[in-house]
Amino acid sequence: MEPRLSSNSLKETFDRRSFVLGAVQGGVGLLLAARMGYIAVAENEKYEMEAESNRVNLSLIPPRRGWILDRNGSPLASNRSDFRVDIIPERLHDRDATIDLLAKVLAFDDLERKDLAERIESASSYQVVPVASGLDFEKYAALTVRLPELPGVLPQQSYARYYPTGSSVGHLIGYVGAPSREEYELEPQPLLLTPGFKMGKNGIEKQFEQELRGVPGARRVEVTASGRRVRDLETREDIPGDPIRLTIDGPLQDYAARRIGLESGSVVVIDCLTGDLMCMASMPSFDPNSFSDGIGRVEYSMLSENDRVPLRNKVLQGLYPPGSTVKPMVAMAFLEAGLSPDASVACNGGLRVGNRVFHCWNRRGHGSVDMAKGIYQSCDVYFYHFAQQLGMNVISDMARRCGLGQEFPLPVASQFYGTVPDPEWKLKKYGREWQAFDTVNATIGQGYMLFNPLQLAVYAARIATGRTVMPRLILDGKTPKFGSMNFHGDHVQVIQNAMSDVINGPGTAGRARLPIDDVLMAGKTGTAQVVSLSLSNGKTGPWKYRDHGLFISFAPFNNPRYACAVVIEHGGGSGSAYPIARDVMAFLFDPAKALDALHGFEKQWGGTAQQRLEQSYAAYAAAAGVDLPPAPAPIKLAEKVDAEARAAIAEPETPVTDALVPREDPVGSANGNLT
Amino acid sequence: MSPYATSHLLRFAVTLSMALVMSLFPMNLAKLAALPIYAAVVLLLMLVETLGAIGGGSQRWLNLGFMVLQPSEFMKPAIVLVLAWFYHGLPVGLIGTWRAIVPAAALVGLPMLLVLLQPDLGTALAIAFGGAVVMFMAGLPGKWFAGGALAALVAIPLAYFFGLQDYQRRRVTTFLDPESDPLGAGYHITQSKIAIGSGGLFGKGFGNGSQSSLDYLPEPHTDFVFATMAEEWGLVGGLFVLLIFGLVLRWGLTVARDAQDRFSRLLAGGMVATIFFYAAVNLMMVMGMAPVVGIPLPFMSHGGSSMLTNMICVGTLMMVDRWNKRPGKNY
Repeated sequence: MEPRLSSNSLKETFDRRSFVLGAVQGGVGLLLAARMGYIAVAENEKYEMEAESNRVNLSLIPPRRGWILDRNGSPLASNRSDFRVDIIPERLHDRDATIDLLAKVLAFDDLERKDLAERIESASSYQVVPVASGLDFEKYAALTVRLPELPGVLPQQSYARYYPTGSSVGHLIGYVGAPSREEYELEPQPLLLTPGFKMGKNGIEKQFEQELRGVPGARRVEVTASGRRVRDLETREDIPGDPIRLTIDGPLQDYAARRIGLESGSVVVIDCLTGDLMCMASMPSFDPNSFSDGIGRVEYSMLSENDRVPLRNKVLQGLYPPGSTVKPMVAMAFLEAGLSPDASVACNGGLRVGNRVFHCWNRRGHGSVDMAKGIYQSCDVYFYHFAQQLGMNVISDMARRCGLGQEFPLPVASQFYGTVPDPEWKLKKYGREWQAFDTVNATIGQGYMLFNPLQLAVYAARIATGRTVMPRLILDGKTPKFGSMNFHGDHVQVIQNAMSDVINGPGTAGRARLPIDDVLMAGKTGTAQVVSLSLSNGKTGPWKYRDHGLFISFAPFNNPRYACAVVIEHGGGSGSAYPIARDVMAFLFDPAKALDALHGFEKQWGGTAQQRLEQSYAAYAAAAGVDLPPAPAPIKLAEKVDAEARAAIAEPETPVTDALVPREDPVGSANGNLT
Repeated sequence: MSPYATSHLLRFAVTLSMALVMSLFPMNLAKLAALPIYAAVVLLLMLVETLGAIGGGSQRWLNLGFMVLQPSEFMKPAIVLVLAWFYHGLPVGLIGTWRAIVPAAALVGLPMLLVLLQPDLGTALAIAFGGAVVMFMAGLPGKWFAGGALAALVAIPLAYFFGLQDYQRRRVTTFLDPESDPLGAGYHITQSKIAIGSGGLFGKGFGNGSQSSLDYLPEPHTDFVFATMAEEWGLVGGLFVLLIFGLVLRWGLTVARDAQDRFSRLLAGGMVATIFFYAAVNLMMVMGMAPVVGIPLPFMSHGGSSMLTNMICVGTLMMVDRWNKRPGKNY
């Protein structure tokens, strides 16, 4: 036995200490109870919400995008049912293995695989990355079967944007694409992270994004932690976006785009009565259908290497010296300044001002030239002479009244407005006084003058009607009323007659006569030189050195209804432009006849614009290696295209120092066909 | 009932019968068996370690065919038993000398080291806690414990930076700030708190817990069983569980205080401490007050080894209780 005393004291110690332990245990128990009460009662609401947000997965159903309709209600952009696949990068377990397997199942080639890897790389983790759309059912089914191996991959049935006329409307309508990181940061809504949701990236699609978008539907689903659906709780249908109805005439737009053919240029048709823009075609173009899953690097390389700049909308972003197409406007300026239409001047092939001689394009001279002849024979000397008398300011004022140099209130992303030069402008821009040769250049649409094809069309409509026609792109049910241009007396008829004579009389464009019996077209040719005579004759040689071909027109001439402007870049002169204007105008009056003509051409060219685009894509893809650079994101691309278009404008860096010597035109002088 | 309820009830029945049988053992047998049991468990721990080394990688289990044995679990009651035996045998006068602490420290240190090698920090701490409580109740000088606490304060940061495995360190940091990694290591704590918190006062009803039935709560039937319980039965159910544990522990301490001799006192007190350690650390972990260590809740978590260990503790307490009620018979 242990000594009693010590043993007792140890027992006391034990009792004391076991009491301490009991107290500690009780304390911990109370602490736990308090903690639990705090979590379960005080913070109950917060945790209940979190449990609910765990349990219920709210997935958005992307709204069906509103259609874009032409003036007759047929779709320029619609939706079609589609099997598609997307990836949510943050849910991927093994990125490379997933890409490999996807590429195998979907039969991707190396470049498509690389593009996909690139897209995943550049997306932030929460963003949705489109993999492929328009899958056939076999591939879709094959993918669905392998889903357990592919976490983060989302196959679904949805709607894809469809542009029935493809490349014909590329620049005008724009295209759609998955929202980029920047777009999400600008508009941080869950819809933008929803797989399958596309937003407008360019053109009308971008300008009317909010109207076209619609309201997403929603599906509340009870899910397990691993994302397996247990049951559907409720579903709310999406509300499709509103349709946008354009003033564009779909078939006409398609016709014009196809009729431009192998050339690089643009066609604008405007309704003289309402200002409706019926056609804004710019070619060559891209296929907006193929852009909606991201722009592939083959396609991007092909488009960006093309010196015909298929990514640029030449109607709005192309600025050109107008050439002789300004002459009706200059003549109108003279009339309004009090010059009689009968006042004439003798053209000997040149005009002496002081001790200098300014040349007419026709070196042998036009003889006695009055205003009408000045226009239909495009006599330069006539304009040199009276411009010296009346001054530059009447011309520049009239140019502005006609809409040249004007920026129109249209729903477009980028609209260049060009230059109407006058003495004040030159002094401000270059610090130099206006010279006689500056006026000489301006009267024949060279020198500092730069306009876009849309302005030329509006100008043609205003000259043709004598009304302040304003272009519009959206059909809103209203009929606009335009005020008068306040041209005096019969000035409009004088100009109209002269422009009719260009085609139907002894003018420079007899071959532009409409192949329709009772409709006469009036117009004016223009040839814009891009380099001096010493570099090129403007017709042959390097494409970049050839003259631009321009043509403005309206029809029917005695009661103008449609005005049209055609600009063909480096077409070698106006001869490249007016046949297109003629056929486009003919299409408005007799579509079947015009289509016959087009089919003949397309046989020579090797198919429609869309077919040729597809052929060149196939050829390019076959020839291209795998080390093509990736395409920039749509926003960056638009900025790049815009910047390149600005850089390409031939605005002189230094002041022009002399008058332009117009090219003699052997064909034109022989049969009076060209300037 | 399947897959969990049947086996759980079965284990409960089997281990309870075992505990009842245990309670019939005389004190002499317990004293006699203390050291051999301890030695056997140490040997098992070494065996596990060796097998692990041969198999390439850490191992905590011995597969006996009919059951999976986790020897470190048995060490928890075994350390209490062997220390109670040691202090019982130690002459009273030596209680303030080195002879009272050095052998005891060796007895605790060896299995701790083996368990740490596995590595299993939670169990090692449980062993240390059981040992420390027995030493405390044995009457070792208070200043030693104060010194030990001080040493631990110094050692903890050192251990954190040099001793812990990466995954263990992450558990500590996420415990301190679970929101720092809501989808990774903090996920357990966050989901557990959501489960308990969303249960409210009366719970969502049996079988209606969305956190546990839709797999948001990890380990809903083992380590985080209390969160499952609280989600479905609410604060009321949770407090009920706490109350029951409180009653069991209070009964255990009463048994210890009523014990007639030093051996049974220390034995009972140590067993109470072991059960307490399990329950307290598990509940603190589940409520986000302690890092995630794999310690199950006694009697509630699904799992054979922990059920067995806790039943051994309860069986021992019943045994001591029986000795108390029939004094003299066992001397």
